[in-house]
Amino acid sequence: MREVMTKTMARNVFYGGTLFFIAIFLVLSVQSVGHIVKNSTNTATLTEEVELGKRVWERHSCVNCHTILGEGAYFAPELGNVMSRWDVMDDPEGAFDVLKGWMEAQPSGIEGRRQMPQFNLSDEEIKGLAEFFLWVGTIDTQGWPPNDAG
Amino acid sequence: MKYQSQKVAYWYFLAAMAVFAVQVLGGLWAGWIYVNPNFFSELAPFNVVRMIHTNALIVWLLLGFFGAAYFLIPEEAERELQSPFLAYVQLGILLLGTAGAVVTYAFDLFNGNWLLGMEGREFIEQPVWVKLGIVVAALIFLYNISLTVLKGRKTAITNVLLLGLWGLVLLFLFAFYNPANLALDKMFWWYIVHLWVEGTWELVMASILAFLLLKLTGVDREIVEKWLYIIVATALFSGILGTGHHYYWIGTPGYWQWVGSIFSALEVVPFFAMMSFSFVMVWKGKRDHPNKAALLWALGAATVAFFGAGVWGFLHTLHGVNYYTHGTQITAAHGHLAFFGAYVSVNLAIITYAMPILSGRDPYNQVLNMASFWLMTGGMAFMTFVLTFAGTVQTHLQRVMGENFMEIAEGLHLFYLMRWGAGAAVVTGALLFIYAMLVPRREVISKNGQ
Repeated sequence: MREVMTKTMARNVFYGGTLFFIAIFLVLSVQSVGHIVKNSTNTATLTEEVELGKRVWERHSCVNCHTILGEGAYFAPELGNVMSRWDVMDDPEGAFDVLKGWMEAQPSGIEGRRQMPQFNLSDEEIKGLAEFFLWVGTIDTQGWPPNDAG
Repeated sequence: MKYQSQKVAYWYFLAAMAVFAVQVLGGLWAGWIYVNPNFFSELAPFNVVRMIHTNALIVWLLLGFFGAAYFLIPEEAERELQSPFLAYVQLGILLLGTAGAVVTYAFDLFNGNWLLGMEGREFIEQPVWVKLGIVVAALIFLYNISLTVLKGRKTAITNVLLLGLWGLVLLFLFAFYNPANLALDKMFWWYIVHLWVEGTWELVMASILAFLLLKLTGVDREIVEKWLYIIVATALFSGILGTGHHYYWIGTPGYWQWVGSIFSALEVVPFFAMMSFSFVMVWKGKRDHPNKAALLWALGAATVAFFGAGVWGFLHTLHGVNYYTHGTQITAAHGHLAFFGAYVSVNLAIITYAMPILSGRDPYNQVLNMASFWLMTGGMAFMTFVLTFAGTVQTHLQRVMGENFMEIAEGLHLFYLMRWGAGAAVVTGALLFIYAMLVPRREVISKNGQ
């Protein structure tokens, strides 16, 4: 090995190769941003309500129990496809009603069952959250998850 | 201690160990909620406990890295730190921010406030004011270590360490970018999370390991440094495009399934190289260093990182597998062993090496410390096995059979009970480690030892 490669050569391979892979990664990143904006997500339906829903999702730290598109904590169900699981993808009014009923029933207090806190959301916030889940449900995720169970 | 300013590291390591204690106790609490879901569920809901568990982990690992840098850079650069005072200011800012974040999460203060409220994206939940503090502290840190290196001797260890730390700080800036489009949000969120733990942090880990092996085995610097470059090259060549294994199902293009599968499968290589390299160096080395505990942790880090990050990572990284396992307890199993092996252990290795020197107690035989290694490593291994079994059952029932998440969760109760037991062993080990570092003044010295 000593004859095959010196420290200087190893260093040059490291720096040169790293720059090469960073360059490829950046090119693919730019292409991916284009794909997200043009193809895989619907920016036309990304309304202020959806954005409000995302902020509600964040400020109550939902991701530290649930997953969304498979990422987050693994303590509570996947929510990227929750609206299709509830069969209300084409029914925004129904989505709002089911979600409102769900949020207001928490915590269930059932012994031995995982508990979800009461977040005291306003109707506007629940509406936003419902719109957010509906919008996330339209993202082209290459067919994931495998079924409605999420 | 060759240089007075290395003393700075003592306080960093002390703070790191304190936050380490908070992290593992938070984990024990979270694990107990899995077993008994009603446990203080309204006072401290799972999401809050988990934020404290994960955030404390990140903070103490970073404090450990900063301490490691302040310890080894003066020795490598052969001069005193540029400014010990600034290093203490940096530590103060970080601890203030940490306390602020914990209080904000625990009492849900300023909910919704853009500057003061919790931000709520996984791992970067810190309120904006804390994030700004982190950036200020990071700039102070980079100024301090970069000037020390620039004015002193430049070695491969300091080059790689500096590159890793600069990269880490620059990537953190993506924490300030939070678009309304969830797919874009996720794509750039991984710029921080993946390119930290499977990129820049590996550079930090490899350079700390190289430094330790140099000191503990007495192998020629030329050899250690050449291998350091080769190992970090394989880490970045695989890790950068390996980011693609997070881009399978979040709205990014389909070609990432192939790019991610191929390159992330190669992420095993640097971890295998680090493990092989460490053992070969120890066999070749002629020095019989009295700090056996530091050697144990260094070899343990390289080995468990290979299994946790390498093998358990590969287990679910190919897109055909990941389609079914994504976001199940399989991920949790991998996450626990990878973080413990790679980053917890390498921190505990440098702390084990440096603390006796910093507190004027070397050389001594750290029996308690070695016991804590086996407790923690055994506990983490067992935890990983039970979570892997839980994840396998969950994957089959949920992703193949389509059964309901909550019903499956109840059926996994036995696994969660065993996981908690394993966690209790880890916590005992962690507390024993801290005790062994701080309290004993004298320990049993073996007959043929010093």
